[in-house]
Amino acid sequence: MEMGTGQSLLRFLTCGSVDDGKSTLIGRLLHDAGLVPDDQMEQVRRDSRGRTDQEGEIDFSLLVDGLEAEREQGITIDVAHRYFATARRSFIVADAPGHEQYTRNMATAASGASLAVLLVDARKGLLTQTRRHAIVASLMGIRHVVLAVNKMDLVDGAETVFTAIREKFTTFAGPLKFLSMTAVPLSARRGDNVVHRSAAMPWYQGPALLEHLETVAVEDGSAEGGTENAPLRFQVEWINRPEPDFRGLSGTVLSGRLETGGAVTVWPSGRSARIARIVTFDGDVERARAGDAVTVTLEEAVDAGRGDLLSGPDGGPEVADQFAAHLLWMTEEPLIPGRSYLLRAGARWVPATVTTLRHTMNVETLEHGAATVLEMNAVGLCNLSTAAPIAFDAYEANRHTGSFILVDRFSNRTVGAGMILHPLRRAANLHRQELAVSTKERAAVKQQRPAVLWFTGLSGAGKSTIANRVERRLHTLGHHTMMLDGDNVRLGLNRDLGFTDADRVENIRRVGEVAKLMTEAGLIVLCAFIAPFRAEREAVRALLPDGAFLEIFVDTPLEECMRRDPKGLYAKARDGALRNFTGVDSPYEEPDAPELRLKTAEADVDALAERVVEALQLRGIAGT
Amino acid sequence: MANLPDNLKRLEAESIAILRETAASFGKPVLLYSIGKDSGVLLHLARKAFHPSPVPFPLLHVDTGWKFRDMIAFRDETVRRLELELLVHTNQDGVDRGIDPIRSGSAVHTRVMKTEALRQALDRYGFDAAIGGARRDEEKSRAKERVFSIRNAAHAWDPRDQRPELWRLWNTRIQPGESVRAFPLSNWTELDVWRYVAAESIPVVPLYFAAERPVVRRSGTLIMVDDGRLPMNPGEVPEMRRVRFRTLGCYPLSGAIESDATTVEDIIAEMRASRTSERQGRLIDGDEPASMERKKREGYF
Ligand SMILES: Nc1nc2c(ncn2[C@@H]2O[C@H](COP(=O)(O)OP(=O)(O)O)[C@@H](O)[C@H]2O)c(=O)[nH]1
Repeated sequence: MEMGTGQSLLRFLTCGSVDDGKSTLIGRLLHDAGLVPDDQMEQVRRDSRGRTDQEGEIDFSLLVDGLEAEREQGITIDVAHRYFATARRSFIVADAPGHEQYTRNMATAASGASLAVLLVDARKGLLTQTRRHAIVASLMGIRHVVLAVNKMDLVDGAETVFTAIREKFTTFAGPLKFLSMTAVPLSARRGDNVVHRSAAMPWYQGPALLEHLETVAVEDGSAEGGTENAPLRFQVEWINRPEPDFRGLSGTVLSGRLETGGAVTVWPSGRSARIARIVTFDGDVERARAGDAVTVTLEEAVDAGRGDLLSGPDGGPEVADQFAAHLLWMTEEPLIPGRSYLLRAGARWVPATVTTLRHTMNVETLEHGAATVLEMNAVGLCNLSTAAPIAFDAYEANRHTGSFILVDRFSNRTVGAGMILHPLRRAANLHRQELAVSTKERAAVKQQRPAVLWFTGLSGAGKSTIANRVERRLHTLGHHTMMLDGDNVRLGLNRDLGFTDADRVENIRRVGEVAKLMTEAGLIVLCAFIAPFRAEREAVRALLPDGAFLEIFVDTPLEECMRRDPKGLYAKARDGALRNFTGVDSPYEEPDAPELRLKTAEADVDALAERVVEALQLRGIAGT
Repeated sequence: MANLPDNLKRLEAESIAILRETAASFGKPVLLYSIGKDSGVLLHLARKAFHPSPVPFPLLHVDTGWKFRDMIAFRDETVRRLELELLVHTNQDGVDRGIDPIRSGSAVHTRVMKTEALRQALDRYGFDAAIGGARRDEEKSRAKERVFSIRNAAHAWDPRDQRPELWRLWNTRIQPGESVRAFPLSNWTELDVWRYVAAESIPVVPLYFAAERPVVRRSGTLIMVDDGRLPMNPGEVPEMRRVRFRTLGCYPLSGAIESDATTVEDIIAEMRASRTSERQGRLIDGDEPASMERKKREGYF
């Protein structure tokens, strides 16, 4: 066979446990499809010496880069992509390395695939891992699977072995919503039923693996999103403005069809318009279909921006700021409900929190479990809340408009991947109480600009002392202030919270919200909280208008705080009588770029308080 | 767009989305233009992605001073014809130190004149996103590359802290000082590139097509004598052979192949029957094993 120029494209992933023969199978596919250049084959032939049972036999796994070596060096690899084409089809193969990170890696590979090849070793049959692969594939929206029963040569090509495995799998996979399921008995090593049907297993009447991959019908573009027959979803990715009277929306048709003259609705705003032109580099076109990248202009001057979705008369997306989703956690630091993350859905970024972790899902058994945090590689059913309503579909209906990622606000790491199930409350029913008197008016009457002064630092650093002195000064100057500190809040509003990481996060979230309400009342709010995590301080900053949050780092070395120990807490913590104490057995993340840094070792309380007041006057928060 | 086979159409749409994503998410992107066929396809896709607007970022060519003369002529002609903004950067410090591909060796030359030069240029203009034409199929170790790859302020790539990429939900968030490398052609193969060049009639440097050219044979590789700077070994005389190039770079480091392919269709036919890999002609990889991995960490593409 020679290298082909296939006309359609199939993206699939391969999953198997270590040593099931995944690398051998991919190598065999590439080789037998005629895709391995001579110079590379020569290298593999040389490297095979001493690695195979028979002299001259080739170890096909050498054709694909073993992902082992990189993993041992600690290099993060989630997916390796490989490419080949036959006369009928082009293929993109996503291969995820196994091991601890498997769920995360496999999900990443599966997110871009339409079909999964699940490998099993004929001698071992279905393993727990096989179930995990099938469940994760199903969760990620894969609707076509191939059960590749490998190493048939080691069970003498016995039909009974194959049939038993196939039947067991069929029973197990029943509830997983696969549309097609094909089992192929093969030997990657010998090449039986990989590219060519083999005489070694005359009882098998089905197609060889490659034949099946070349011909299986997967919904057009399913890996890219939805099908052409699904309702229209056009995602705006870039605003195209070459000149003042051309305003184009450049984007991708994720599903359905777009037609000149067709009625569309822009989401989440809900405004209606008509398609004036569909512009491409090769000239205007009458229509575009799922998968096409085009630029549209609208008849009406309707406001639309990057991240918006256009739908047609055949139904719009959901619009909500609260929804339920399956969330896969991808990083070592566990998910903490209540913490603010950045959510990306489509081409839109919005702050979001997981409000409730309803339960976790065991990806080997589908059983539900209870948990307060979501660990790496775990899947949970969660309720999420976004800072603004977003437009989406259920993941099951459209993989492209139903998926999202969560990103850590501080490290910018991708920490979670989500599949939306349904909205929880439609934003349409949500009317924020219109405030008759505006925040600005309230502040103006007080002759000040509202702000939150956030004093952070270790216990005993001097936060409350300095904050109190600042408030006294501001009061003297005629300003309207309010002081929030750990003690007055923990005794009332937050008396249900303890000192675990999750509770600390919730504590600061509530304080942030209260402080925000107080700024809306026009006040200058002084908060004295340890707030050990950067992410929470940043989240409070994000709640407020630009420039209304001042992070004031009360910088006192730990040794000095321990020496002062005004409440005797460090002593207790060291004796083990007090757990999760910041600086002792719980971390404190110093601010990187606070608006003010007060080194208590270098000046006295009055001088430091004066610096704060000056900073406020400089910023126009307090008058002079 | 109507005549493209379905798989090329999908690849094209994906690349266009990546280009738009880069333009929308970064303050100062730049397209790394290396004059080869991949750069040609990348540039063509960028023109499509933003049409009718012009390409919203400049092109950057890191010139080592040792490119084929035909490449430079093609570059200048392309920029003129398409009215593009081109920045050319050469590592002057390297030139002053007398670094060249022949005496300094390909490893040193590549590090100083390409990797370091690229970093200099990115810093000088403050680009926060560099769009490159690398493909995952070029080499085994590239199979794992991300579409958006983050570099720290020193342009280093931390292989231990790579972000997973799911769906098309690229994580483009970076801290001040960090930058990204974006690879819109990640999922293309060499064959896809040529088929696309044919389908879209994209001009490419004539060196890809067979012609009689003066070459010398050195350790099994045909090196073209592009100008008088290539020192001849004792007794060595250039001979005329009908050759072409599969990949283009610095002429003393690019191996030619004997070929009769004079059209893109010929090249595709030759590739389909050919039995050697693209990188065979790239001498820079032969230096040492795992050299690509190391170069990537240093900031080479
Ligand atoms: N007998 C036999 N051995 C196989 C077959 N496929 C793979 N193997 C062997 O199984 C071992 C693991 O294969 P490899 O492809 O590296 O597994 P991976 O970890 O899944 O990538 C190697 O020793 C292979 O030679 C097969 O079909 N028959």
